[in-house]
Amino acid sequence: MSKKPSATIEQKPTASNTSHGQAPVNAALTPAQKIELFSQMVRIRRFEERSHRAYTGKNAAGGANIGGFLHLYNGQEAIAVGCCSLMGKHDHVITAYRDHGHAIAVGMDTKALMAELYGKVTGCSKGKGGSMHFFSPERNYWGGHGIVGGQIPLGVGLAYGVKYKGHKGSAMAFMGDGAVNQGAVHEAYNLAALWNLPCIFVIENNGYSMGTSQARSSAGELAKRAEGYGMAWGVCEGHDVYEVRATMDKFLKIAREECKPAVVEIRTYRYRGHSVADPDNTYRTKTEIEDYRRTKDPIQVFQTTLIAEGVLTAESAEKIDEAARAEAEAAADFADASPYPTPDDIQKDVYWESDNPDQRTSQGRLFFN
Amino acid sequence: MSQLTYREAVRHALAEELTRDPNVVVMGEEVGQFQGAYKVTQGLLEKFGPKRVADTPISEAGFIGMGIGASMLGVRPVMELMFWSFYSVAFDQILNNAANVRYMSGGQINCPIVIRGPANGGTNVGATHSHTPENILAAHPGVKVVVPATPYDAKGLLKSAIRDNDPVFFLENTVLYGEKGEVPDEEYLIPLGKADVKREGKDLTIVTYGRPVIQSLVAAELLAKEHDISVEVVDLRTIRPLDIDTVLASVRKTHRVLVVEEQKPFCGVGAQLTYMIQSEAFDDLDAPIGRLCTIDAPAIYSPPVEAEQLPNPQRILKAALALLD
Repeated sequence: MSKKPSATIEQKPTASNTSHGQAPVNAALTPAQKIELFSQMVRIRRFEERSHRAYTGKNAAGGANIGGFLHLYNGQEAIAVGCCSLMGKHDHVITAYRDHGHAIAVGMDTKALMAELYGKVTGCSKGKGGSMHFFSPERNYWGGHGIVGGQIPLGVGLAYGVKYKGHKGSAMAFMGDGAVNQGAVHEAYNLAALWNLPCIFVIENNGYSMGTSQARSSAGELAKRAEGYGMAWGVCEGHDVYEVRATMDKFLKIAREECKPAVVEIRTYRYRGHSVADPDNTYRTKTEIEDYRRTKDPIQVFQTTLIAEGVLTAESAEKIDEAARAEAEAAADFADASPYPTPDDIQKDVYWESDNPDQRTSQGRLFFN
Repeated sequence: MSQLTYREAVRHALAEELTRDPNVVVMGEEVGQFQGAYKVTQGLLEKFGPKRVADTPISEAGFIGMGIGASMLGVRPVMELMFWSFYSVAFDQILNNAANVRYMSGGQINCPIVIRGPANGGTNVGATHSHTPENILAAHPGVKVVVPATPYDAKGLLKSAIRDNDPVFFLENTVLYGEKGEVPDEEYLIPLGKADVKREGKDLTIVTYGRPVIQSLVAAELLAKEHDISVEVVDLRTIRPLDIDTVLASVRKTHRVLVVEEQKPFCGVGAQLTYMIQSEAFDDLDAPIGRLCTIDAPAIYSPPVEAEQLPNPQRILKAALALLD
């Protein structure tokens, strides 16, 4: 974060800036739809907290519940929820490895997500992808990708596919602020601009590419690099779901109607380390984290807004939170009770052909053991 | 039957598949207006228009990645790499994204992409442009790797590759582009993963693929004429899936094997082949398996010496004689 909130002045989360709330895309929301947005953000928060507890805890056999990396979305919830709430039939989403929030926002079942974290066969990728590789093509959600920036050319390909098939739609290609310096991202920018592809490149700028601050990693303004490719660009604050929706709606409409790409930087903050393995004590202060939480927590901000609008009460917010905790708990129970894949599953889902032997056209050995 | 060059055979396969399936697109550097860096795609832009035949910028990671993303949505892109040597700048897209996306999604996503272009030495373009990465590609489960040697094979295999629902990497050869061969006038497909016995023999099996098939046939002819040695030449045509059964059948017939490949020896395709042959036909072997590769160094520029670094009929002949000694 370039500007740290003051640690000495007591600040409370304020409500959303009313001008964003009055943007047509937000003014058109029914109370039920607003509550759904709020509820999704809470569900993501509680899912992440529960997965963190599972990661640090032990299973009944004394082993780890979750292996590998776990990149949590706490603090960034308004971005995935705001953006994915704007998706129509031909809008597609692809993101990097901090992918749990988007998965919940597109409507994936948290039981299948938690089971994937646990490496269980009931997981959304049958235990073959893990935390960084959630996919749901039937919900236009194309992952969940592990290599920084590597998913961005794929996002351009989704936009190309939308245009090729003559659909009015878009692809939202999400990345972190650390991805903007990867060559593949710039190649993707050029192609999208050159070929007028309906791709919105969304930079979720949480201030740190792993442990390196923006100031120490990136020259210039991140989104402004779009100008070098003749693309439109914008910047908005990511703690306010209304602002995210109002900003993204504008660019999505241009993408769908005019087949034009854009770069949108959404400023946000993550409460947890880069991954759970990050001790988070080398590059930022606890005060910095607490300041953001106290003043800009996206859930608190939206709760305050909705209470002021008369859409929500403290009691109904509490009920939503309780339901979200219960859902996360049920997801963990489901994951815990689910079986692991078997060694026989290792070589399934490698080739379309080996999974569809009756339709196979090639011959010869596909596997070498 | 018509006499077509390898280049024309590839072009005909592209044109037929573009005609057959509206989801097929051809993309790459200079494939359209320039008519192809090696003229493989000549005339396709004029015939099919810019939506189906698209020139990309020099941006392999970008456009190959774009093709992979489009293939996930059901487009069937046939992407040209001007040289397969340029795969290294798109390595993450090819071998992390195309190879893995089906697996990591638990089988939910297919990637029906073809990446094609030449992969060979012998044109005096130095080490950066002379890579033969079929071993590196084939080391990744999830992908298929095809290396055709003749116009007939190139056409039939490319048509199958374009219809395949898995990612297929198709490695051609600039030295062979001008070589002619018989190609049927009617439509045909050759299944991936089916080897072809290009010459029958009884004393020695040469297992090979790509340009060394042609060179091995020349060597086999010399061995027959000058040394009265009968050589069987097995052309793998596809590296993965691998038709090991045809190889083993030939080994059981001749009892001696020479693997010839336009690759550096270390961790090459031949290393896998020799392992499998000894493992599955040990009792049928009358001699240790021989192997002839490109001499183990980066590709040398010096034209007459590069010809000696690569397999050639004389080197193959010598290796065969040593094996039969």
